Amino acid sequence: MGNRAVLTGRHFMMGNIACAEGALAAGCRFAAGYPITPATEVAERLAERLPGMGGTFLQMEDEIASIAAVIGASWGGMKAMTATSGPGVSLMLENIGFALGTETPCVIVNVMRGGPTTGIPAVELQGDVIQPRRGSHGDYQIIALAPSSVQEVFDYTVEAFNLAERFRTPVFVLSDAFLGHMREEVLIPEAAQVPIADRKLFPPDTDTETLPAFLDEDVAPMPVFGRGHKAHVTSSCHDAYGRRNVIDAKALDVFIRKLNDKIAKHRDEIVRVASDAEGAEIVLVSYGSVFRCAQAAVEAGRAEGLPLGSFKLGTLWPFPDREIAALAERARHLFVLENNLGQMFHYVQAAAAPRCGVSFLPPRILGELHEVEDILKAVREVRS
Amino acid sequence: MSVTAYEHPLTKYIRPSAKTTANCPGCGNGILAQSILRAIEELGLTLDDFVFVSGIGCAAWIPSPSFFADVLHTTHGRPIAFATGIKAALPQKHVMVISGDGDLTAIGGNHLIHAARRNIAMTVFCVNNGIYGMTGGQVAPTTPLGLNTVTTPFGNAENPFDICELVKGAGASFIARWTTYHPRQLVRTAKKAIQKKGFAFVEVLSQCPVEFGRRSGIGNAVQMLEWYKTKSVTVARAKDMSPEELCDRIVVGEFVDVEKPELIETLKGIREKAMAS
Repeated sequence: MGNRAVLTGRHFMMGNIACAEGALAAGCRFAAGYPITPATEVAERLAERLPGMGGTFLQMEDEIASIAAVIGASWGGMKAMTATSGPGVSLMLENIGFALGTETPCVIVNVMRGGPTTGIPAVELQGDVIQPRRGSHGDYQIIALAPSSVQEVFDYTVEAFNLAERFRTPVFVLSDAFLGHMREEVLIPEAAQVPIADRKLFPPDTDTETLPAFLDEDVAPMPVFGRGHKAHVTSSCHDAYGRRNVIDAKALDVFIRKLNDKIAKHRDEIVRVASDAEGAEIVLVSYGSVFRCAQAAVEAGRAEGLPLGSFKLGTLWPFPDREIAALAERARHLFVLENNLGQMFHYVQAAAAPRCGVSFLPPRILGELHEVEDILKAVREVRS
Repeated sequence: MSVTAYEHPLTKYIRPSAKTTANCPGCGNGILAQSILRAIEELGLTLDDFVFVSGIGCAAWIPSPSFFADVLHTTHGRPIAFATGIKAALPQKHVMVISGDGDLTAIGGNHLIHAARRNIAMTVFCVNNGIYGMTGGQVAPTTPLGLNTVTTPFGNAENPFDICELVKGAGASFIARWTTYHPRQLVRTAKKAIQKKGFAFVEVLSQCPVEFGRRSGIGNAVQMLEWYKTKSVTVARAKDMSPEELCDRIVVGEFVDVEKPELIETLKGIREKAMAS
């Protein structure tokens, strides 16, 4: 392995390892975490690899401290991340809100497991897909990506860092226990071919008393610590200079809207979907590991002459509502496949209505994969 | 008759846009703020050599927004955890946490003991007013047994922390306690704490006349300072006193000043070795 940040080449790799390698390739040099199944291998790999890269891994006393240290390191100028699972994210949510409010670039990987509560650690469930969007208190926008293969775990982790840096915001990667522990082929490009985005920095020899550093829809330059910018960074309601204002509802209105619009205004730059639904009457909408079942069902269905298509949500947040609406114009019926009791389903339904029918299809047993035959049976029923 | 305006010698350290204070009249925060700034000045350092981190509560207002420096005002209880990441990213900077007893020992107690255990180089000032001031006088882990507060209307049924003993047990390499009656001692200790290569913890008993002074019957700011003066006994004198004699006294002074491996330095060694291999 040596001390190369980018392990260029063809690998047979576990999803969690690909996640750590994606982070290193993207320039992550600080990670903090707390052991939790099924995410621990991400931390283990980073602990092994970061020192050779001149970076630091810290195992903190809990997940609250982990995300706090990540945010601190990001203000210290480092690209930083943490990897955890549902219970860990639940503990982190207050400080993820802090990262949103202070516009701190960082990456949070949730290798989703069976919940609620302690649930089943090593069984996959897409149970935490709304959590990033609404889990922290208050009103905000978040970015969350959902890889569906080990290759995508690598690619989306790189992308997550780039989006975090571009928009000065926390970004989620929603992996799961299947992807985390599955081994697949991964192609890691030459270092020069890895797309890298870096945060816009505050101009040297200026301080935040004279230049705005926050609340710009087009992303304010970041007054990273240690460079004499004298930045006052607070997650309490503040203005563009970081000056706290906790007495004026008008200031709160600006605070919420600017942070919201920073993501909403640029949603076309962020949202990614993959459509294989040309001329399809019935389309399977899915994301994450469930996409693999949808893919298999489309292949088998087409072989028997069913007019089936697939539509993959690479980005869950911001939600690809316009893309779903456009799909609903063309298709007759959408099936939303999720390994839960219907979370993204409601968002798809709202975006598609009233253009076409939308129904929800969970696996027969939550935590297991959808059977291809179950999917095809549902499709045939809708057609008849 | 003419009036001459003099500028306070520490004004240069104050953020120009910070025109007001959140502190009540008589609050002890100002005494500690001045002691810290004087220590920095006497050491020949500037505020650009520091990153200040604070949590939630009255004491968090000491650096935020007043100090004209990099300041991270964090969530409740977590400043030390945030500071850990900052120190890892900026090892050449002095990282200083200033927060209250509720922030650092109740909701943030876990981070306090683990940072002390790691012996990470940072200076932590814990402003101990014995009560939750900002939220209106609720019981804290430092409130004396029996005291009536708004959440212990029949008297506090719990024993208070000895914070310095807690941090000592956790492994900090520098530990001291003073009160706001001891500003000169505070400056001397602050200078040592800032220069310490390791986790340096300074507890500062500070008057909250509005909540603690009123509820305890000790009184206003001046009466509270008098009380600190009367109750304080130096660590040297305390050595010859019995536990009974010490039971209602405040032992002040420097308790721990030892050399032991420091986290950031140790990590640097690991990194250098890994990078060379």
